[in-house]
Amino acid sequence: MANTQKRSSWLIGLLAWLVACILFFPIFWMFITSFKTEVAAVATPPQLFFTPTLENYIDVQARADYFNYAWNSVIISLGATVFALLLAIPAAYAMAFFPTKRTKSTLLWMLSTKMLPSVGVLVPIYILGRESGLLDTRIGLIVIYTLINLPIVVWMIYSFFKEVPKEILEADRMDGATTYQEVAYVLLPLALPGIASTALLSVILSWNEAFWSLNLTTFDAAPLTAFIASFSSPQGLFWAKLSAASTLAIAPILLFGWFSQKQLVRGLTFGAVK
Amino acid sequence: MTSSVAAQSKRSAAKSQRKIPTLALVAPSVIVLVLWMVVPLAMAVWYSFQRYNLLVPDNRGFAGLRNFTFILTDPSLWISIGTTLILVVSVLAITISLGTLLAVLFNQDFPGRGVARVLAISPFFVMPTVSALIWKNMLMHPANGLFAQITQRLGLGAIDWFADFPLLSIIIIVSWEWLPFALLILLTAIQSLDTDQLEAARMDGAKSFSLFRFVVLPHLSRAIAVVAMIETIFFLTIFAEIFVTTGGGPGLATTNLAYYIYLKALLEFDVGGASAGGLIAVVLANLVAIFLIRSVAQNLDS
Repeated sequence: MANTQKRSSWLIGLLAWLVACILFFPIFWMFITSFKTEVAAVATPPQLFFTPTLENYIDVQARADYFNYAWNSVIISLGATVFALLLAIPAAYAMAFFPTKRTKSTLLWMLSTKMLPSVGVLVPIYILGRESGLLDTRIGLIVIYTLINLPIVVWMIYSFFKEVPKEILEADRMDGATTYQEVAYVLLPLALPGIASTALLSVILSWNEAFWSLNLTTFDAAPLTAFIASFSSPQGLFWAKLSAASTLAIAPILLFGWFSQKQLVRGLTFGAVK
Repeated sequence: MTSSVAAQSKRSAAKSQRKIPTLALVAPSVIVLVLWMVVPLAMAVWYSFQRYNLLVPDNRGFAGLRNFTFILTDPSLWISIGTTLILVVSVLAITISLGTLLAVLFNQDFPGRGVARVLAISPFFVMPTVSALIWKNMLMHPANGLFAQITQRLGLGAIDWFADFPLLSIIIIVSWEWLPFALLILLTAIQSLDTDQLEAARMDGAKSFSLFRFVVLPHLSRAIAVVAMIETIFFLTIFAEIFVTTGGGPGLATTNLAYYIYLKALLEFDVGGASAGGLIAVVLANLVAIFLIRSVAQNLDS
């Protein structure tokens, strides 16, 4: 009895690891391809063992200044996240603790703006960007990403605020705390994990956004998604270089995601799953 | 309309002891979102009644409903709407069903569980453009892709994925990106399941399957609703994966609504037609949104 249970748990572990490896394999394959020579990258049969080289990374950096793109990605993702939080926290506070009849429909309406197909308004936005001189500027992308992520950010922070027991805030109010004290010293610290996970998701979504960044930037404000696109268009044959560029583009956010995955889950579920 | 909002907020502020400028707090978010929706939409409405092709800039003028009749009678539009629905429904089905099974699997105790989980959810963090490039060039490529090499070794010949099974290929790529997301959420949901409850059911002689069917699955329904809602929002506007791999082809095989409008706008330079198509997409998205958000919101309330 104990023996069969042991064997079945061993089988479960094997199965789970197999699934994990299959899901991770494409990333792993890209990673090792980035250390191959171009010839080795397309060799038949595929090589698992080879002499690693860094020449792809050197070539990539020589052709396109990785750090310029990466810096744009960092600034744009963080900027959009900060602005979205600044707009969302007051709104979420009002909606969570002082709900009106319209609160629910306001929230749903906000979420429904996410379903607006970007392409539907590409032409107007492009023209507006050109007229206002915000085309290919970081601030232009920050504005757009703030707006894209705002509904999700409001919704998430709203659900985290909802989780904060009202009694705590009320007790504090009885003690004569001002609104500012109540929010700054009681509510925000309590909801901090939720706000952090919201911020993480916003950074990840901004980092990976590829539609607006490709259509509205050329060089000055181009983030890593554009960096990748510049390697992918005509030279589909340089796989090793493409792999190196891809590895560089996803490495920061992948590491970030690994370290923050526990936090992230709380945010992603809008607090629905505790 | 504004006055009724103000009246309502006044009433509710009176109910709580504290006077909070509710309206002032919510207004910034609402105003920027209204601008974000209304300004481009109004412009799109304006252009949709115009004859405006960037290739013939001199030939501008009022077009009446011609852009709409042209788009609505274009069979490609209806094909692309069908493709959009197939994409959304099939990827939802794959990610949620497999995600549930994998969540149960990764909830078991086994050596190295933490690392295995991190590996399994990694695809979610990869940019859509990069995922599409990996699959296109290194896995599904008909000559040098890993899949082709494996099937050839097995004597099955190489499959040209994007030519022979274009839509299936896109479905596979998008599923690979979003399965980890479903897994991540559902796994957390399972972890919050009361182990005592499971143990009790097991003591009562419940088989693994009925345990899953009658204890685990009902517990997950709320998390599944959340996953379905977020995924649908993103699946309705899938773009990068198609842009990088098939470019909507061959023919119209992988042209979804988002890509159809993109083709109209940026390849045919037809601003009027693209705007009309954009508006149709907006109407459709809102239909789906109403249906979906209402049903999910109910689920979240309970």
